[in-house]
Amino acid sequence: MAMAADEITTIEQRHPQIFQQPAYKRFWPLLLIAGTVLYLGYALWFFSLPQVLRESHWERLPLFLSQWISYDLQPEFRLDRPEITPKYPRFSALGENPDPDWVIKNPDGTFTVQIDGDAKSVTFDKTRATITANGVTVPISLTGGKPVVTGPVPDWVTVHDDESVAKMGFVGEVRITVDRVKVRKRFLGWANFVFDTRSPFFGKSAGEVISLIASGPELKPGTSNLALAADNIWNNAQWQHGDVWTKLLQTIVMAFLGTLLGGIVAFPLAFFAARNITPSGLLSQVLKRFFDFMRSVDMLIWALFFTRAFGPGPLAGSAAIFFTEIGTLGKTYSEALENIDDKPREGVLSTGAHGLLVQRYGVLPEVVPVFISQTLYQWESNTRGATIIGAVGAGGIGLKLWEAMRTNSNWANVFYMVLLTLLVVFIFDNISNFLRRRLSRTLHDYNRLQAAQG
Amino acid sequence: MTSATLHSDATRQQADAWRRQTSLRRFYTALGVGLLLVAMCATMWFADEANAGHFFERLPHILDFLSWLVPKDWNDVWRALFDIASPNDKGTQEFNFPLGRVYVWGGFYIPEYFELMLTTVNVALVSTFIGFVFAVPFSFIAARNLTPSPILRLVVKRFMELLRAFPEIVIAGLFAAIVSIGPVAAIIAIGLHSIGALGKLFYEINENIDMRPEEGLRAVGANWFERVRFADLPQVLPNFMSYTLLRIEINVRISTIMGAVGGGGIGEELKLSISRGFGAKTLALVLLLFVTIFLVDQFSAWLRRKLVGEQAFLMSA
Repeated sequence: MAMAADEITTIEQRHPQIFQQPAYKRFWPLLLIAGTVLYLGYALWFFSLPQVLRESHWERLPLFLSQWISYDLQPEFRLDRPEITPKYPRFSALGENPDPDWVIKNPDGTFTVQIDGDAKSVTFDKTRATITANGVTVPISLTGGKPVVTGPVPDWVTVHDDESVAKMGFVGEVRITVDRVKVRKRFLGWANFVFDTRSPFFGKSAGEVISLIASGPELKPGTSNLALAADNIWNNAQWQHGDVWTKLLQTIVMAFLGTLLGGIVAFPLAFFAARNITPSGLLSQVLKRFFDFMRSVDMLIWALFFTRAFGPGPLAGSAAIFFTEIGTLGKTYSEALENIDDKPREGVLSTGAHGLLVQRYGVLPEVVPVFISQTLYQWESNTRGATIIGAVGAGGIGLKLWEAMRTNSNWANVFYMVLLTLLVVFIFDNISNFLRRRLSRTLHDYNRLQAAQG
Repeated sequence: MTSATLHSDATRQQADAWRRQTSLRRFYTALGVGLLLVAMCATMWFADEANAGHFFERLPHILDFLSWLVPKDWNDVWRALFDIASPNDKGTQEFNFPLGRVYVWGGFYIPEYFELMLTTVNVALVSTFIGFVFAVPFSFIAARNLTPSPILRLVVKRFMELLRAFPEIVIAGLFAAIVSIGPVAAIIAIGLHSIGALGKLFYEINENIDMRPEEGLRAVGANWFERVRFADLPQVLPNFMSYTLLRIEINVRISTIMGAVGGGGIGEELKLSISRGFGAKTLALVLLLFVTIFLVDQFSAWLRRKLVGEQAFLMSA
């Protein structure tokens, strides 16, 4: 049902404040959008984004992500020796005596490496190699001084001057030159997560390990097998469980200690900073500027200073969070105090109480739930923040994460630490939420009072 | 039995019950505070043990450490800030102020530290913008009262939670390997984090809106987009803006820290300058950073107060 023109005009005349707004009110969204677009154009130029994106290596992203949840083995076969033998790099995930069933020595002297069963494999001797993948067989002759592909070259094989590379997707790749064949075979999962290759428990099934611990002979004389197993896990060379968990604990401690100490110092100061409680207006102003100062001298600056003063470690991180929190909590505490309902305080004052007693019985019952809730909130957010602060040397898991990433090779370790961090954040979020919900009944009353006051 | 004794019996019982209750509560409070104190002492000891230098061993040297911070010539702080040549320059990195000048045209230049601060602030602004642009649609999908599909809601909510909890430093490290180390990796990291952080706050606002305008639009046959645009958005936009401004404050800080671990901007220079003990440069950087963060905070507080009034400063718990 369409409206007639005069109906529209009457409605317009009845509500002039909606239909005839001043120009600036009508156009500010447009101005805001135009301003944002202009700013984005500037940012594009400022960060030279087109160039950065052109030079970026997006093909690395799936590779890195796949390294988070997989590991690879890289056997190398030298062809210029009298006899072809597989050689594994040091610290290979297979341990010292690798003899995997996917490297097959055929009766006729050739080797077959199964990268993904028989469907993706390479068979070679000193004169020629045959790569099979995607239903195609590519023969490569190695006799002419450089590898020569005989026949058509499929697009997953790249022929360089002295090397032919066959990429087989996630499962791996084969690199062939005249004097060596290099295979990379990728496995899903984390290698040697429990025991590393030096451990006597390495390569044993869970059942074997349990029976060894329960009733086996002592593998290392003088130590019980349980202690040995625990020590091997804790000091796993590749995953460094012990170090990672200690650093994680440091991160938790930094957030806890910093927030708690900040709260303890900010608590009395907030009473002197709150406009309605302070004995002197000047003191209130000074304290409020002090809180602003502690907050504005960023956590990073405090962290760098304390790292220099105390040396790297969780003490520096705790101190940095502590100093920032004095500012943040002092500000929020004093704001909560300024928003209290004055009646209980007047009631206590009217009984002749003074000084501390008024604060204790007239003010404190009202603000303590708010204080605790805000402190818990800060604790939660500091648990997250402590991870980043760690990367500048202030202790905790941050630095370990940053170092593992810088080498670009240890992404599985990075992912392990990320999972642990996520778990910690999740647990502490829930603890803090639970405690705050317990407080929320009191807080609900407080908020209703706030609303009633306008 | 007279009625007076009966009355006093009841009173006594009440008083006893009250006393029992308070003593029990006092006991729990004392227990809680006691546990907290024990935890505090234990963690202090742990932090001190794990640290490279120990608290009481280093405490007497705190002032020595501050001594390098005091420059021999206070004017060097201004010279460092504005890249003016210093007479104390002996060719070392400590006083090579004019080298950092960023010439714009002719003899006009932007001092190095201002350029770096600008980078840091721009990283914060762009990443907040990314966060806002994605968080708004996500928050409509994640709000219980606006989305018909519980599965979609759950997926979006979990996704945002993941983005929020994922350590920024890992995202930054990952993208540093892809788009080269520098501010763009920091933007991606902080931007992704902001999507999660803002999205959570936004959908909580969405869940608390007045549903009557929405019902009105539903009655005239408006589709989902129209309902969200004309019923929900006008109600929540001031609050959205307020939280976005708050996020800008937080992101300026994070982007400074990101700078210190290779994300470009002022953080890196500050880290170098402190670790090498360049007093004048450090003071100039701290001053600039302090003033910038202070101004951003004040400006954002002013704007938030204009947008949503005093409500902006009541922390929702």
